[in-house]
Amino acid sequence: MTWDVVIGLEVHVQLATRSKIFSGASASFGAEPNSQACAIDLAMPGMLPVLNADAVRMAATFGLAIDAELPAESVFDRKNYFYPDLPKGYQISQFERPIVGRGHLDLKLPGGGVRRIGITRAHLEEDAGKSLHEDFAGMTGIDLNRAGMPLLEVVSEPELRSAAEAAAYFRQIHVLVRYLGICDGNLNEGSMRCDANVSVRKSPSDPLGVRTEIKNLNSFRFLERAIEHEVARQIELIEAGGTVVRETLLYDPDRDETRPMRSKELSEDYRYFPEPDLLPVVLDTAQLDALRQGLPELPNAKRARFERDLALSAYDAEWLTSDPDVARYYEAVAATAGDPKLAANWVMGEWSAAMNRDAARTSPLAAEQLGRLIVRIKDGTISGKIAKTLFDALWKDPNKTVDDLIEAEDLTQVSDTAALAALVADVIRDNPEQVGQYRAGKTKVLGFFVGQLMKATQGKANPQALNELLKDALAEVRDR
Amino acid sequence: MSDFRTLVEVASALDAGTISSVELTRDVLSAIADAKSLNAFITVVDERALAQARVADDRRAKGLAAAVTGIPIAYKDIFCTRGVRTTCGSRMLANFVPPYDATVVERFDAAGAVMVGKTNMDEFAMGSSNETSYFGPVHNPHDPNRVPGGSSGGSAAAVAAGLVFAAMGTDTGGSIRQPAAFTGVSGLKPTYGRISRYGMVAFASSLDQGGPIARSVRDLEVLFGVAAGFDPRDSTSAELAVDPARHKPIDALRIGLPKEYFAALGDRRVAASLDTARRWFEEAGATVIDVSLPNTDVAIPTYYVVASAEASTNLSRYDGVRYGHRCEAPQDLEDLYLRSRSQGFGREVKRRILTGTYTLSIGYFDAYYLKAQRVRRLIRDEFVRTFADVDVLLTPTTPGVAFPIGAVSDPIEMYQQDVFTVGASLAGLPAMSIPCGWVDGLPVGMQLIGPHFGESLLFTAGDAFQRATDWHTRRPGRKP
Repeated sequence: MTWDVVIGLEVHVQLATRSKIFSGASASFGAEPNSQACAIDLAMPGMLPVLNADAVRMAATFGLAIDAELPAESVFDRKNYFYPDLPKGYQISQFERPIVGRGHLDLKLPGGGVRRIGITRAHLEEDAGKSLHEDFAGMTGIDLNRAGMPLLEVVSEPELRSAAEAAAYFRQIHVLVRYLGICDGNLNEGSMRCDANVSVRKSPSDPLGVRTEIKNLNSFRFLERAIEHEVARQIELIEAGGTVVRETLLYDPDRDETRPMRSKELSEDYRYFPEPDLLPVVLDTAQLDALRQGLPELPNAKRARFERDLALSAYDAEWLTSDPDVARYYEAVAATAGDPKLAANWVMGEWSAAMNRDAARTSPLAAEQLGRLIVRIKDGTISGKIAKTLFDALWKDPNKTVDDLIEAEDLTQVSDTAALAALVADVIRDNPEQVGQYRAGKTKVLGFFVGQLMKATQGKANPQALNELLKDALAEVRDR
Repeated sequence: MSDFRTLVEVASALDAGTISSVELTRDVLSAIADAKSLNAFITVVDERALAQARVADDRRAKGLAAAVTGIPIAYKDIFCTRGVRTTCGSRMLANFVPPYDATVVERFDAAGAVMVGKTNMDEFAMGSSNETSYFGPVHNPHDPNRVPGGSSGGSAAAVAAGLVFAAMGTDTGGSIRQPAAFTGVSGLKPTYGRISRYGMVAFASSLDQGGPIARSVRDLEVLFGVAAGFDPRDSTSAELAVDPARHKPIDALRIGLPKEYFAALGDRRVAASLDTARRWFEEAGATVIDVSLPNTDVAIPTYYVVASAEASTNLSRYDGVRYGHRCEAPQDLEDLYLRSRSQGFGREVKRRILTGTYTLSIGYFDAYYLKAQRVRRLIRDEFVRTFADVDVLLTPTTPGVAFPIGAVSDPIEMYQQDVFTVGASLAGLPAMSIPCGWVDGLPVGMQLIGPHFGESLLFTAGDAFQRATDWHTRRPGRKP
């Protein structure tokens, strides 16, 4: 029988602020343990939180992008529990009155089509530090660099119907926050993490089944696998006559597995109450209007525009808009090249391959150079083959320009019909065997002649002109 | 040799050059050493004080002296002082040396005041007698067998005994006003938000407020001027200047007598002192009217619910992990928490942590914490309405005079000490206690409560009273 799967996601987005959410300590990644934790992060006596205005701005920007209700006032609460990497003994979070209210995301479904997924809320909170159990022989190391990092927790409605949909949703949030410039999106540095609530039922009309929560999922791949595994486990359990127990499973990224959380890591009662050290967060209309004005073009809109105005295929438009940096690069290339389709081919082909090969984060080759390269293909100055050689040269030496290289290495393609015709005549004379084959109807042998001619011109022959001359010359031979 | 001059008087002596700050500081340090039996100080910093005094003398010589330059003062041991141990009267912080100064300390440092030491206090400011201090009780200079009040008992006793010209205290539910009344000095709890809480060890964040204790209202005004002001490091700090327009001549002043306060005052001799003060104001031309604050009887339970709830989580940071007391050889995490906190905190602190944890727990939150917040709002509104009709309220500060050490052992009976002070705390109002009588050789205090940010009205009324009376000049050992 088929089962109805119900999934809700809580996505933790680490906001790309320069300093932490309640202190002036640096929020950069990868520093020496405890080198980015100030007296506030250490919860020293008498220290007070001061809210980072950038975190508020970023949260509100996200709210605008998902068309959410943005209450005029939101309130921070204390979530109380003891843990060594939680210095204050409470986490400052938002419980009853989050900064972002109900909104939605139009999810592009993996099987095609679009479904609107409700986003219940998004709230600001601080991250905890890290407990390191492995390296300290029976003791625990505490690194508080992460303590106080700003998080926006985005809570979806339980409206996702499969592991693949859940992964697509996570991906789409990932793309969105990168477009908004509020998160660097580096999953392997923990910039985005996800908790999944999973339940199954026999029919969509049945009440929701008992759910389990898988915590700390930090990759699209594992999110999908973990949910698939959990769905299968629940179905198997129920079909064998058992019942699902409400529990929390913790994903261990190092071992790539889930295990039930120890009861000590769970607190039944967080004793939430309003944080008396902070005033309510006020978002006024003027501020929201300014943020709305500053919103960038969002991924869905950009994709639609690429298809409509640039006449790109759905596939190309999707590919080129899935990363804001790529989209920005592509648009610059296309603008210089004056040919959106050719620009798309080059960005998705040579450029993307080179980026992947070098694992480059930013392109060494300026978009304008790539655009000019395409211009030179279009105006017949160079052949596509030469262009690939030039691309590699430009990639290695970003200070060179396309035209410099063309001139310096005399790469201008030979379109001079008379010169080419002489070469064609030579080749036909020198290769009677192949001419014979051609005459016998083996037209594939044409490629051989082209190859010979390209060799003779060091690839600079204009392929179109060459083809015509060659066909004419061979026809002449055949006719004789 | 004790020095009973007021701060304003000794500042003139410094200006006149009849004494230097170094001489003054030496006298003060020797008086403190002679008065060790009072146990008013937890830490005295002789060398540091003399160094500051030398700097102050240089500054004065250059004509750059401010109102408090060169004047020896003390801080309640709740204010963090960089490089000087800050215990908060607790074993938990018995060896804690902060790497930062409280804003209050910074401001007095900048004004050139000389810190001679840190004064004794009830543990984490929880107590009304200074008997909960890990460093032992403080003795009342007027009668060493009696308490000086609390929690700023050491600060009040030091000022009353002529050991310092002023001391900074903190007041959560009466911790400046009650000890000022018990020791015959003047003490001000400013409006919540006037004085930064940064670097002041937190007891109950929504109630805690620093304030001065001194020998005259004029001194309080000077000290308030140094300490008050906006601080971006405390989000609850007010961005408001002191409003001199609130200064009113005494014969234009409308004084309210809340009848519930006087009805609750059992001690007839204290009542008689208050009545004398009332008559003085009437004779001086003020309009004195009876007012009603019907929610007065629920102020104490409301206060103890709110304050304990906040305290229970404010004190979670003392977990033995990063600083403060840690038990010997913890077996595991729970053992570390359990024994460090059991050993580090005293009985009263534990009682309030437990009470506060209870009132915030699921199932009790609505009945206790939420209800207390609602009542708090009612109490505040009631005060605000009353201030439409009057400029200040005149009330007793305490139900009686200083009681013998050890006389009050029931915590609920001890909490009753705060019956007249917690109302202004819950409402966030400025309130001042000044001496107004004498019973059995012990001082009696009257409380003046002003509207929000109306400290100058208190200074006007209090100073007029002190210009006409001599209660505030009476010294220990000199019975009237």
